[in-house]
Amino acid sequence: MSTLTIRSLRKNFGAVEVLKGIDLEAQNGEFIALVGPSGCGKSTLLAMIAGLESVTSGEIRIDGRLVNSVAPKDRDIAMVFQSYALYPTMTVRENITFGMESRRVPKPQQDEAVKRVAAFLQIEPLLGRKPGQLSGGQRQRVAMGRALVRDPKLFLFDEPLSNLDAKLRVDMRTEIKKLHHRVGKTTVYVTHDQVEAMTLASRIAVMHQGEVQQFDEPATIYNRPANMFVAGFMGSPAMNFLPAELSEEGGRPAVALQTADGKTASLPIVQALPSDTPRQLILGIRPEHIYRFDPDLARRKPGIAQIDAVVELVEPTGAETMAVLRLSGKEITGRFDPDGTPGMGETVTLGIDMARACLFDPTTQRLI
Amino acid sequence: MADATLDQSLDHRAATVAARRHFLTRLVIYGLLVVFAAIYLIPLLVVVLNSFRDQQEIARNGLISLPRSFRLDAWGQAWSTYCIGGTCEGMQRNFYNSLKMTIPATIISTAVGAMNGYILSKWRFRGSEALFTCMLLGVFIPGQISLMPWAFILGNLGLSNSVYGLVLIHVIQGISFTTLFCRNYYVSIPDDLIKAARIDGAGFWRIFRKIILPLSSPILIVTVIWQFTGIWNEYLFGVVFTSGQQQPITAALVALTASGTNVRAYDVMSAAVLIGALPPLLIYLFGGKYFVRGLTQGAIK
Repeated sequence: MSTLTIRSLRKNFGAVEVLKGIDLEAQNGEFIALVGPSGCGKSTLLAMIAGLESVTSGEIRIDGRLVNSVAPKDRDIAMVFQSYALYPTMTVRENITFGMESRRVPKPQQDEAVKRVAAFLQIEPLLGRKPGQLSGGQRQRVAMGRALVRDPKLFLFDEPLSNLDAKLRVDMRTEIKKLHHRVGKTTVYVTHDQVEAMTLASRIAVMHQGEVQQFDEPATIYNRPANMFVAGFMGSPAMNFLPAELSEEGGRPAVALQTADGKTASLPIVQALPSDTPRQLILGIRPEHIYRFDPDLARRKPGIAQIDAVVELVEPTGAETMAVLRLSGKEITGRFDPDGTPGMGETVTLGIDMARACLFDPTTQRLI
Repeated sequence: MADATLDQSLDHRAATVAARRHFLTRLVIYGLLVVFAAIYLIPLLVVVLNSFRDQQEIARNGLISLPRSFRLDAWGQAWSTYCIGGTCEGMQRNFYNSLKMTIPATIISTAVGAMNGYILSKWRFRGSEALFTCMLLGVFIPGQISLMPWAFILGNLGLSNSVYGLVLIHVIQGISFTTLFCRNYYVSIPDDLIKAARIDGAGFWRIFRKIILPLSSPILIVTVIWQFTGIWNEYLFGVVFTSGQQQPITAALVALTASGTNVRAYDVMSAAVLIGALPPLLIYLFGGKYFVRGLTQGAIK
């Protein structure tokens, strides 16, 4: 059983405020991803959980115990570093046992633990080698072995996959997911890759400028982003933002957009609006919620709104084709099936899935 | 087809011209290198040859000439019987003095430098950069400036005219250099290693012993060579703070040339100089390649 609770945690480096009051919690066995652009403070937060950085104010509790000023070795945590941080002069076995040796674990117990972890991660043949003789993926495994062998309360990962090439990264991502599934330890995982966060985490904390923008389950983060930053950061290609005006269509609320030919198109709003909704809005639509309009689709899916746009650029990726479209004076990206991709320069009628659209307040940038 | 053959022969001719030009350039480069090497080596050769010549022969044929005889007497005399300043024990006592001074001073200053470097790179604290800058100043302060303070300190400690006094001086004077070397090397060791070790439960000393030291051999070799040759060859402090039987070999060599009987024993002097130069030379011969490697290589490839 192990939980992590963080309350209004702050960190200053001199006059610079790096973390501005972080609140987070991880239930037993949960996989929490800290995601954000570089400089958002996610790595500092992880280092503070590990005890490698001091706490300016606020509190960190592991299993309810306040650990603000507890030394890293006494927090019962294990960490996997981006650089793996394997001790270069030691063999894989020595790397794995170093922590137990520091804690004076008896030798037979050490051997047994190494055996267990090596079998678990399938690194038995590597035990006699030095880190310099290992490939990137093997080093990654050894680094995880070093963390696993201690059976800690908390696993911390600091961008563990960013030094691997693209294919290996996907493989290791799956491995980490399996690993977590089997071990079931509470985990905090720092990454700048939103795909990693989405695939691995049970809950995601999106960070920006030293603050947690949103802390929720992946689906909620993706479908109901709390603000425009989260909406723009999570998802690739990013969500499209279109300035729009609140209007009415047949007695129901709608957003008005300028179309290619200068007319105004009205897209009906599906969700219920609060009474203090501002007149000016930002309409956010994910690329996969833009379709080529056809009546069949409209019949199948309620809330499809029709609008014309000019195709400016087509980018095939194989599995799907991205099209850059000009709508309401702005460029937006749509994600199409390769078979039904519009041609460049063509004017297409789009079907926009308003049931999945997000509305933002342009002044506060918050979700309405 | 014809075109192809033509092209081939043209290619061939161009290749020959290029090869010839390459050969000439090489010739000039190697020629110059040989000349410069000779300029450096001839004085050494003269001294080596003179150490095997007879004193009378040197007097007859001049300092610079090829030996007519081959004798090892001068080496024996220089080592154990030649009279310097009243005692007739040769250089051996001074040679041992130099060893007694150089070996401990090298080991201690290197050890302190490694420890300083470790702290200043991996356990930074408020003001550690300022402290490092202050220590760096020591690199630029010439030894002469500290002569008077040292005289005062050695006098108060009762270490004047003793090898231990010189050890103390060389340890302190050397710390700037050894700290600079080690700190700059340790900076390139990733901090993540230290963090990982801290999480693994290792403390200050265990991290130093198990992680830093095993990575340190390149820089420790550099530091040892630097300190050993520097301290061995140092002369100013030796002359000023010791006399007679306590002098290191560099100071004794000066006494040797100054010990004024009317005949200058060039053969013995040559041998004595070579004895004095041998240890640093050997250190370079055996450690030279590590020296260059250590100066150019980072901590982790």
